[in-house]
Amino acid sequence: MLKKATSCLNLSIFVLFPNIMTMRDAPVRLFSGVNSDARHWQLLALASLFFLSRFVSDFGASFTAFGAALSGAMLAQFLGARVTGTRFEWKSAAITTLGVTILLRASDPVFWFGAGLIGIGAKFLIRFNGKHIFNPACLGIAVITLASAGAWVSPGQWGQTPIVAAFALGFAALVLSSAKRLDIALGFLVFFAALLFGRAMWLGDPMVIPAHQMQNGALLVFAFFMITDPRSTPDSRVGRLVFAACVAGLAAWLGWGPHVRGGMIYALGTADDFDRPDFTGEAI
Amino acid sequence: MKLKTLMMAGVCALTPLALSPNASAFCGFYVAKAETDLFNEASKVAIARDGDRTVVTMASDYQGEASEFAMVIPVVDVPERGQINVANPALMDHLDAYTAPRLVEYFDENPCEERRRLEEITVMARRGGAPLPSAVAQKAEDLGVTIEAEYEVGEYDILILSAEESDGLITWLNQEGYNIPDGAEETVEAYLRRGMKFFVAKVSLERHDGNAELRPIQVAYEDEEFMLPIRLGTVNVQGKQELFVFAMTRNGRVETTNYRTVKLPSDMDVPVYLKDEFGDFYKDMFRHQVEKENGKAVFMEYAWDMSWCDPCAADPLSPSELRELGVHWLGDSGPRPNESRPPLLRRPGPQAVDVFVTRLHLRYDASTFPEDLKFQTTGDRTNYQGRYVLRHAWRGDYEQCEAAGEYANTLVDRWDTEATTLASLTGRDIDEIRARMREEGMSASGLGLEGGEPKPKRKWWQRLWGNREE
Repeated sequence: MLKKATSCLNLSIFVLFPNIMTMRDAPVRLFSGVNSDARHWQLLALASLFFLSRFVSDFGASFTAFGAALSGAMLAQFLGARVTGTRFEWKSAAITTLGVTILLRASDPVFWFGAGLIGIGAKFLIRFNGKHIFNPACLGIAVITLASAGAWVSPGQWGQTPIVAAFALGFAALVLSSAKRLDIALGFLVFFAALLFGRAMWLGDPMVIPAHQMQNGALLVFAFFMITDPRSTPDSRVGRLVFAACVAGLAAWLGWGPHVRGGMIYALGTADDFDRPDFTGEAI
Repeated sequence: MKLKTLMMAGVCALTPLALSPNASAFCGFYVAKAETDLFNEASKVAIARDGDRTVVTMASDYQGEASEFAMVIPVVDVPERGQINVANPALMDHLDAYTAPRLVEYFDENPCEERRRLEEITVMARRGGAPLPSAVAQKAEDLGVTIEAEYEVGEYDILILSAEESDGLITWLNQEGYNIPDGAEETVEAYLRRGMKFFVAKVSLERHDGNAELRPIQVAYEDEEFMLPIRLGTVNVQGKQELFVFAMTRNGRVETTNYRTVKLPSDMDVPVYLKDEFGDFYKDMFRHQVEKENGKAVFMEYAWDMSWCDPCAADPLSPSELRELGVHWLGDSGPRPNESRPPLLRRPGPQAVDVFVTRLHLRYDASTFPEDLKFQTTGDRTNYQGRYVLRHAWRGDYEQCEAAGEYANTLVDRWDTEATTLASLTGRDIDEIRARMREEGMSASGLGLEGGEPKPKRKWWQRLWGNREE
């Protein structure tokens, strides 16, 4: 199984950069090839997280989920591009697919398909000032899990060593892809951690409890791959940090008040309307 | 029992593969189960939950004097008298037996005849109970403790307490003979700050027959939060605590959201000598698997639609037993999942019930499980069970036909694989396992092959086209 998976990964790199294997200065070419688009780093990191989840967790991501989410996301992307007359752009749909696959668990493939379809569909349909408002994966997951008991988010299934590795991967991908978006990810993590540790102090809980709460797969994928989505977050640094603080506050409250698991995903869904005016238009 | 055997035979016959010696599918005869009484003083908690409505049934294997028994549990609200009940201990035992990891066995047929011989075996025995009593409440307003409610339920005297501060509450509880361990202040304080009350129970010596087993306490409540407080149990306790959670829902499997849930390794062939030592095997395996996860995982031992089982370690619980355990939605109209299953795959449950049960097992202390257990119900209805397989070799004249000789050679490989499996599951020494297997005749010499020396293994291509002679 592992072998199969590795060959899949090799194949996908080859498809991304078809000429790299023939070059003598392959490493340099490979780096600049990947680096030519920030999303390549995200794709590589998310693909690694997918395999990590697939192979370290008994209830992890599955190839079925990937196939279903990919079909939904690509279908919506294809239809959206046709209707709007824009170029078919597979990378953001692939990022959404991986985000959905890694976080969403379901009893039937139709839920992953639906999450991909809704996420990317909303990207075309719900727009403000020429930019989409919601992070597609986040919205897809939120809608599907709220709509049916057959779909859920499993935030605690990574285990300690894999989660550390996963955080490192996410961080590296973000540094490589877009340093200017690092502020929002780190801002969110810092605000969220401050809230967890602050509450523990107030309750008199030992600090191992908030530290334990930070080891959470949903938190990781969310911080590095969702809240950083350049299309649905403010353009100014102050705006981004305020936005991160709001999402962190809402996410923490969702966990403490209504006891929502993976609350940040719903938090981003609701907080996304915040601070719209300084947006400038970007292509889909 | 007759019916059960018949049904199993029916399912096997429908599966062509079942006739080959390697068909493990879902046939085989149940031989033993590993119940929670293998572990000293394990706590057992059954939770029936649908939406916010929850019924918790708490039982412990308390073995000491009943007068020294006390239970202190943080609760979100002050329950009314009608929300508290005592359950028949047999219910928990039945739930435990139904969900227990199980051992099944197969008997290889004579490779020369194409016939299968099956044998039926008996079940392990079970244990006895625990004892009793104590005192009650007065006011201690000056300690800042408020007795919100006071009930007599079965053999228990129950108080629901709120308090301004943990110090006052702990002092009062100690005065009342509850023996709260040192170091509990911080934890009690953390619960009080969350606005929680304390449910405390002691055994009333007047109402308790000294010899009777203490019955499990049940509480019905509504809460958005699906959690189980375990932190008080880790205060100042030496060694690890053992906890079994039996979660019953309508939707599907229950998992922990703040700890990793892992499946206990299952469906593996193990040496047949484990038949009489299944309990030790299970304990060793659990210990080893806990170590492999650095003590930080919750193990799923069973997840199944309560309408059936295969093989059954015990019959599924009846609807009336389930209602007693708090499955309040039975009787509501709703889909009956078992009815959609092909008739032959339905196990002989008393009747189809809309209940999915998950058995979780954890060994914890304050360092590995610092936070209370948080759960969620998933929509996953995939059946899973801890199941271990014994394959009895066919014994006879291995030279009576070519097939028998071939078969004898496969046995040596098979036993080696079983030894390796057992070693990796339990961490036991492989050489000791092999020595034990040799003693039991599970070796080349035991088969009388090659003057006792194992035949050199044939290469994979030698087995490919049946070219036995080299």
